Amino acid sequence: MLPAARATLMAALDAGWADPRRLYTEGRGARALLDQAREVFAQGLGVRPAEVSFLPSGPAALRTGLEGLRHAGRRRGARMAATAVEHSAILVTGRYHAAAAQDPSLFAEVPVDRLGRVDLSALEQAVVVPGTVLAAVQSANGEIGTRQPLERAHALCRTHGVPLLVDAMASLGRDAPPRHFDVLAGDARSWGGPSGLGVLVVPERTRWRRPGPASEVENGRTDVEPMIALALAAAEAWRQTEANRTEQIASSSAIIRRLRAAAGNLSDVNVVGDPLDRLPHVLTFSLLYVDGEALVIELDRRGFALGSGSACTSSTLEPSHVLAATGMLTHGNVRVTLPLDPIAPTLDDDVNRFIAELPDAVAAVRAHLGASDL
Amino acid sequence: MNPDSERVDPIEVDARGLRCPLPVIRLAQAARDAPAGTCIVVLASDPAARYDIAAWCRMRDHELRELTEVSEMTAVSDSSGKNGPPAQSDHLGYLRFVVLVGPQQSKAGGTGSGSERSSRAM
Repeated sequence: MLPAARATLMAALDAGWADPRRLYTEGRGARALLDQAREVFAQGLGVRPAEVSFLPSGPAALRTGLEGLRHAGRRRGARMAATAVEHSAILVTGRYHAAAAQDPSLFAEVPVDRLGRVDLSALEQAVVVPGTVLAAVQSANGEIGTRQPLERAHALCRTHGVPLLVDAMASLGRDAPPRHFDVLAGDARSWGGPSGLGVLVVPERTRWRRPGPASEVENGRTDVEPMIALALAAAEAWRQTEANRTEQIASSSAIIRRLRAAAGNLSDVNVVGDPLDRLPHVLTFSLLYVDGEALVIELDRRGFALGSGSACTSSTLEPSHVLAATGMLTHGNVRVTLPLDPIAPTLDDDVNRFIAELPDAVAAVRAHLGASDL
Repeated sequence: MNPDSERVDPIEVDARGLRCPLPVIRLAQAARDAPAGTCIVVLASDPAARYDIAAWCRMRDHELRELTEVSEMTAVSDSSGKNGPPAQSDHLGYLRFVVLVGPQQSKAGGTGSGSERSSRAM
């Protein structure tokens, strides 16, 4: 979390405790604070305040966005389409509904190319099927960084009267906010805000209805009252991150370029994702004959905290669905996500040290498996 | 490459029960000294093998001829009737790959920087 967001969070715990729906002074104060936070996002995302709701997390916002579109479209059908690299909040929910109805055709997973970019003609074939009530396309993938062609996806969906749900959890704060969507979801963590706060945008033009009884909370889009201190801290983080976005993109991109070059120099490596049309702050690569878990542990021993999409590092023992969808190696995978500059003042030095140590770490893990000369 | 590849007996690599990246490593070990055109049958139960063996074939210029899912009903049959949980009783199913060894690259002399072998991010 950004230091300024943290300070806001602590201060707001005192100011924002009251129920914003009550009419006593503290309640009105809390209401005003929440509306301020909402105004910040409305302005930043180019929408109206009433179109912005706070939910308990990004994935919750995304799932709620999906359910509301699905419910609003229920008289037309129950079919949904999503790219194969969407967040699991989309894929798991889509598969669940299809399984519950015992009709696999109700959820179409649209393939992506080797770079992880959606196949637009396959997307069109998916949404043209009658009874399709939504298509989900992320703004960019948080694992491999590849951006999706939202403008064209949106135009194509609009032609067929299918609303587009956009998951911007990976890109908000790191990249220009998406403008082409019918419903948008984001997570405060991605712009340096606190965890526990998601943002859901439902423009008035979008036919959207939350299933279940009506709610007064957050314009009827959730029944969980948002924690005001979290909303304020998220808004403060957004303000700061957006103000510094250009510089942040420049510094992140420069570091990722160096890391990408260093990874590309390793032997037998798949550097995944589009090299140019991508998020500036993430990188992932997979190494042949490397145990992802062993590599993450080896790097951790050397002081680097990294993620991995390899099966052995996941609780389900399934590899990352994103790597699988791109056809890249899933084992020996390392995921780098750069923190925002104000959070990591020593990042440049850390990256230099990482680049210097990576070949050794990889060689050590490969030698351990007896795979040095394959 | 040439049509008399059937002459060579297929090599079988049973990597069931092994986790990634071991199935690929076993396959690579088997392929290392095999002449071009050799057929290697790989059995693997790790879900990652589905993607990784395909990616390996692409990186090393081998051909993935077949990929079939085998569901196994008879998990216990090989343990001579004796009690005890069979060591690999979690093989509810596995994948069967048929790989045709391609023309081997120049043996690239071991570890090195291996730059000529590193695949592009495609």
